[in-house]
Amino acid sequence: MEVIIRGRGISRGRATGELLVSSDPISFLSGVDPETGVVIEKGHPLSGISIAGKVLAFPFGRGSTVGSYVIYALRRNGAAPAAIINEEAEPIIATGAIISGIPMIDHPDTPLSDMKGGARVTVDGDSGDIVYEDQLAND
Amino acid sequence: MFLDNDDEKILAGEYGETRQKMMEILVGLGKVFGAGELVPIASAQIAGASYKTIGKWGLEWLNSLDARVAVPSVLNPIGMPRERWEEMGISREFAERQMAVIEAYHRLGVRLECTCTPYYLSITNYGDHLAWSESSAVAYANSVIGARTNREGGPSALAAAIIGKTPKYGLHIFDNRLPQVAVRVEMPEGNAHAAHYGAIGYLAGKEVGNRIPIFLGMRPNRDSMKAMGAAMAATGAVALFHVDGITPEVRVMRQRSRMDVEALETITIEADEIEKLFTDVPVDAVAIGCPHCSDRQLDTIASLLSGKTTTKPLFIFAARGVVQANRHTVAAIERSGAKVFEDTCMVVSPGMDRFRGIMVDSGKAASYIPNMCGSVARIGTLDECIREATA
Repeated sequence: MEVIIRGRGISRGRATGELLVSSDPISFLSGVDPETGVVIEKGHPLSGISIAGKVLAFPFGRGSTVGSYVIYALRRNGAAPAAIINEEAEPIIATGAIISGIPMIDHPDTPLSDMKGGARVTVDGDSGDIVYEDQLAND
Repeated sequence: MFLDNDDEKILAGEYGETRQKMMEILVGLGKVFGAGELVPIASAQIAGASYKTIGKWGLEWLNSLDARVAVPSVLNPIGMPRERWEEMGISREFAERQMAVIEAYHRLGVRLECTCTPYYLSITNYGDHLAWSESSAVAYANSVIGARTNREGGPSALAAAIIGKTPKYGLHIFDNRLPQVAVRVEMPEGNAHAAHYGAIGYLAGKEVGNRIPIFLGMRPNRDSMKAMGAAMAATGAVALFHVDGITPEVRVMRQRSRMDVEALETITIEADEIEKLFTDVPVDAVAIGCPHCSDRQLDTIASLLSGKTTTKPLFIFAARGVVQANRHTVAAIERSGAKVFEDTCMVVSPGMDRFRGIMVDSGKAASYIPNMCGSVARIGTLDECIREATA
């Protein structure tokens, strides 16, 4: 199995989904609808787009620490991302991912800007690896 | 990060799902902050006690947990006094939800003290490692006591409470506790009261930001340092300060030749800047106890109120344990018409929103009241506050 991107595991578990990349940080409190997973922050690059079931890559979290509970709410509402990739983990997102059982890695060795949005990827929060599933199918 | 055998077993799930999750939080945050190991803690103080903050899903998360805390643990202040919420004008709906959060923590073994002054309830020693959340409590523990704590979020403090350890990074490490900026204070004429120190903290926090200051040219007592640290944590993000010749770590740092005050950037606070904060705006209520009152402050309030009757609502806030240990003093205060409330305070309670102007003796409250309660705040000394409430 070919590893495409290596990072550092923050929250354990494995999940697969369509990669959705945000160039901007995300504030979950007041930035994401906890019922639907749609980004509601005006002017955000993902505004109007749902993060539900996606492998969500963004630089880092910002805003209130209550954001951790919003991630938990998303999970309970079936609207959470399948996995999270951050450039630099910080406590809000790390805590939210761990309490919600969402696999998460940070410090990927490929910049977010080079990641292929729309590709199917698997994130392994134990090893810190990200695998492009589409490419594997072509190999 | 290094984990001992027991910690590894917890992480592997041998001690149940909740402890495993809590260990995952500590390990995850340890990675985020570059901690090399976990350090045992003496106590925890947990944020996320207010329903207003954590909401329905935070409550559901708490209810999903099944373990008990391993060290003495208390909560942050909540939005109302547990028994006397109606007297504070709190709705039944809010009260019921708030009580559900409290009950969830009770089930986890958390002592139901909702206070920003946990150091009045159990002995906290110099050098103790802690996992505390509330910003003024963190500042007091680090600075006045010389204990060591970072400012924890709700889940990380709860995880530390259940495991009995916290990742060792930041202010748990001596080398990270050295002063980074000097603050020279030109004290106002006459007696300096706690309110003056609160005003100094209010001004200093804006300049200091998240650095560690050392104060020069002042001799505050513990209540004054409580007021100063609380205000600095509110207008800045100060989690540790030193006062030359007063706070315990200064001597240690000098002995180890780790402190060169001359080499630091110096900020000066002038007496007239401090005095300017003591404005004369009209108020319709007076609130004392931000942070929660000490025994000594309750005594002073009782003697100032002796033989007087309040003409405006006067609220006093203190920890439940402190109120219980001072029943006679509290009864004397309440004979004047003042109310002494536990569990809550002027900043976090929705019961304070109905006032247009609130007089306080606290730099922290003065900083938060305009945003949190939508009212004007006026700073005065404790004497002036009591005079206003009984005029």
